[in-house]
Amino acid sequence: MNTDGKRIMLGHGSGGGLMHQLIRDVFFKIFDNPLLNSAGDAAVLPRRANMMAFTTDSFVVDPVFFPGGDIGKLAVCGTINDLVAAGANPFCLSAGFIIEEGFLVKDLETIVRSMATEAKNAGVFVAAGDTKVVERGKCDQLFINTSGIGYLADERTTWQQANPICPGDHIIITGSVGDHGMAVMAARNQPDNTTGFQSDCAPLSILFNELQDKSAGIKYMNDPTRGGLASSLCELTAKKEFGAAINEEAIPVKPNVKGLCDMLGFDPLYVANEGKMLIIAAYDKGHQLVGQLKQHPLGREACRIGTITRENPGMVLMRTKIGGTRIVNMLSGEQLPRIC
Amino acid sequence: MGRFDAYHSKVLCDHLCEQIHRLAKRPLRLMEVCGGHTMAIRKHGIPSLLPDIISLLSGPGCPVCVTSPSFIDQAIYLAGQSNMIICTYGDLLRVKGSNGSLEMARTEGKNVRVIFSALEALEMARREPEKMIIFLGIGFETTAPATAAVIIQAKKHAIRNFFVLSAHKLMAPAMEAIVSNDIPINGYICPGHVSAITGTSIYKKIVEDFRIGCVVSGFEPLDLLQTIFMLVRQAETDRPALDIQYSRVVKPWGNQKAIALMEEAFETVDDWWRGLGILNASGLKPKASYHEFDAAEVFQIPANNISDPEGCICGEILKGLQLPVDCRLFGKSCTPENPEGACMVSSEGSCQTYYHYEHRR
Repeated sequence: MNTDGKRIMLGHGSGGGLMHQLIRDVFFKIFDNPLLNSAGDAAVLPRRANMMAFTTDSFVVDPVFFPGGDIGKLAVCGTINDLVAAGANPFCLSAGFIIEEGFLVKDLETIVRSMATEAKNAGVFVAAGDTKVVERGKCDQLFINTSGIGYLADERTTWQQANPICPGDHIIITGSVGDHGMAVMAARNQPDNTTGFQSDCAPLSILFNELQDKSAGIKYMNDPTRGGLASSLCELTAKKEFGAAINEEAIPVKPNVKGLCDMLGFDPLYVANEGKMLIIAAYDKGHQLVGQLKQHPLGREACRIGTITRENPGMVLMRTKIGGTRIVNMLSGEQLPRIC
Repeated sequence: MGRFDAYHSKVLCDHLCEQIHRLAKRPLRLMEVCGGHTMAIRKHGIPSLLPDIISLLSGPGCPVCVTSPSFIDQAIYLAGQSNMIICTYGDLLRVKGSNGSLEMARTEGKNVRVIFSALEALEMARREPEKMIIFLGIGFETTAPATAAVIIQAKKHAIRNFFVLSAHKLMAPAMEAIVSNDIPINGYICPGHVSAITGTSIYKKIVEDFRIGCVVSGFEPLDLLQTIFMLVRQAETDRPALDIQYSRVVKPWGNQKAIALMEEAFETVDDWWRGLGILNASGLKPKASYHEFDAAEVFQIPANNISDPEGCICGEILKGLQLPVDCRLFGKSCTPENPEGACMVSSEGSCQTYYHYEHRR
C-alpha cells in the first residue's frame, strides 16, 4: 500500500474492510511470524518445565519519536526488560494500539517496523495484537500496550527464593543513568537541537540471556524506569532487614544529561532509564559479573555503585561527591509526565 | 557542559570543612532564605560535614511556602469563571486553599494550565483572544521582573485579555522581620538569584542595624561551604559584614534593567506572610497606570481569611524557631504525596526537602 500522506481514519478501527487492510498491510506484513500469522482470536503457546513470567505495560510517551528510539521500540523493550528483571527469558509479546484519528500511516509503519526489529533482535515474537482508533483529540497520537510472557531460566519462582540478599552484596548498575528521560525532555523542549542526547532504550535480554542462571551470582534485578535508580533502590530496601549504601561518585551520568538535569532542576538519580538494570550480586561474584557485563555493548559501562549494609535497614544512604551523607528517598509526585 | 564540576571539588570542599571545624568555637545558627539553597544544602549532604554546633535553618525563602491560602482561593474562584484560564508555575498547583488546591480544581474541569514563563501566558492571550488569561504572579525579585516585563508588553500591544493576579513579594522585609522579632540568628546565607537582581543594598540594614552578617551565596557545594566559612569567620571575630561569595553572578548594584522594569510596573503594598503576618511594603502589585492588567482590580473576587491546618507549624519553621521534625503532622498526615502545610508542597520547601533528604522512615 502506498502510504504517502495517508492518515488513520476511524474506519481503520471499525472491524471492517479498512481495518483488515491495515492489519494485513502493516501489522502482519511487518511482524510476520507463525504465531501471529495463524490469525486466530488468540495465540496458542507451548508449555515448558520452568515457571512462566507475565507482565504488561502501557506506553504514552510524548513525543512518539525521540533521539534513540520511538514509542514502538520503547513498548517492546520496556516489556522485555520487565521480564528480564524477573529472571525470565522473554518468549512472546502482545501489542495493543490505540491510535488517534489523523495519525500518519507512514509513521505507524515506522513505529511497527522498529517494534519488529527490536523483537527480532531479542528473539521474541509479537504473537497477538489489537487496533483501536479514537476520534481526534481523544488520545494523543498513539498509545501502545504490550504484554509479555517469558520462561524462568531455572526452577526457582522468585529471586529472593533462589538466593536471599545479604550484607556485603554488591550493588551494580549496567551503565549511565538518566539517558532516556533527558533524551525525551530534549526532544520535547528543543526538538531542533537534540544533538548528543540519545535514549538508552534497548532490549536487555540480549545482555542477560547468558547470565540468568544461578552461577552468575545475580540475586535481584530491577529495571530503573520511571522514578529512576533512586526509586528502584528504595523499592529494593523498603521494609527489609538490610540497607543500601551507594557512592554518588561511582554512579555514571553522562555530562550532557547532568547538564540538562541541572538546568531543569532534575536529579539524574530520579530520571527514567529504558536500557539499564540495577543488579544485586553475591559479594563473591560481583567483580566477575561486572567483567562479564562489560564484554557486551549494552553493559560496557557497568560498574559497582554500592554495597548492601546491615546498618540503616530499610534505607538508602548516599555518600555525596563532596563526602557528605544523605538519605535517598522515593520520588514523590510526578517529576516528568509521559516519559514512557 | 559539566561547567559546574569545579564547584564540586572534593579536595577544596575538604579544605573548607577543615577550616570551618577549626574556626567554629560556639553554637551558631545560620539561616538560608532561598529554596534553591535549602535544596542544595540537603542534596549534597552539607549538614553532615559541619560541626554539630553549626545549625542550618531554612527561612521564608520559598515563594510557595509563604503565599497566603486565600490567594489560592482567589485563583480557584477565577478558574471557575466562564472563559477564564489560570496560568501558573507548577509549584503552586498543590498548595491548598480553604477548599482544595488548583490541582484539584483542574481535575474538576476548571481551566488551570501550567507554564514555565510569564511570556507563555502572554502568548496564550495573543493566541486565544476570546479567553481571559490570568497569570498567577508568584515569587520574589527573581520572577517579579519577568512579570513586570509582560505587563508592560501587554500595555504596549494593547492586549486586553491578559491579567496578573500578583502575590509577588520582596525578600528583605521578611529577613528584617525575623531578626527584629529577636529570633536568634548569627548570619544570613543570602539568596543568589534575588541578589543578582536587587544587588546587595537591600541587606545593609540587617548588617548595620542588627549586626548580623550577610553573605550572598551561589548554589554549588563549594559556594555554600565558602559562604558558611565566611559567616563563621564573621561571627567568631564579631565583625558582621555584607559580602558576596557568588561574585561570578552577583554585582553590588544588581541588574539595573530588571530593577527598572519592576519600578515601572509595580508598587509596594503591605502583604501577608505565613509565620510573619502582615509586613509593611513587602508585596508587589501593578501600579495604578497598569490597573487594567491587575486581576485583583478588574474582577470582583470574594475575600476570605483562612488559617493553616490545625497543628501545622509551617509559620514557626519559616522563622527558624522549629524544625520540620518538631511538627506532629510531619511524615504522618503531612507528606509530599499528601501535603497539609505549604512547606511540604514545594520541592524547595523546608519540610519536603527535609523529608526527601534526611527523614529516616
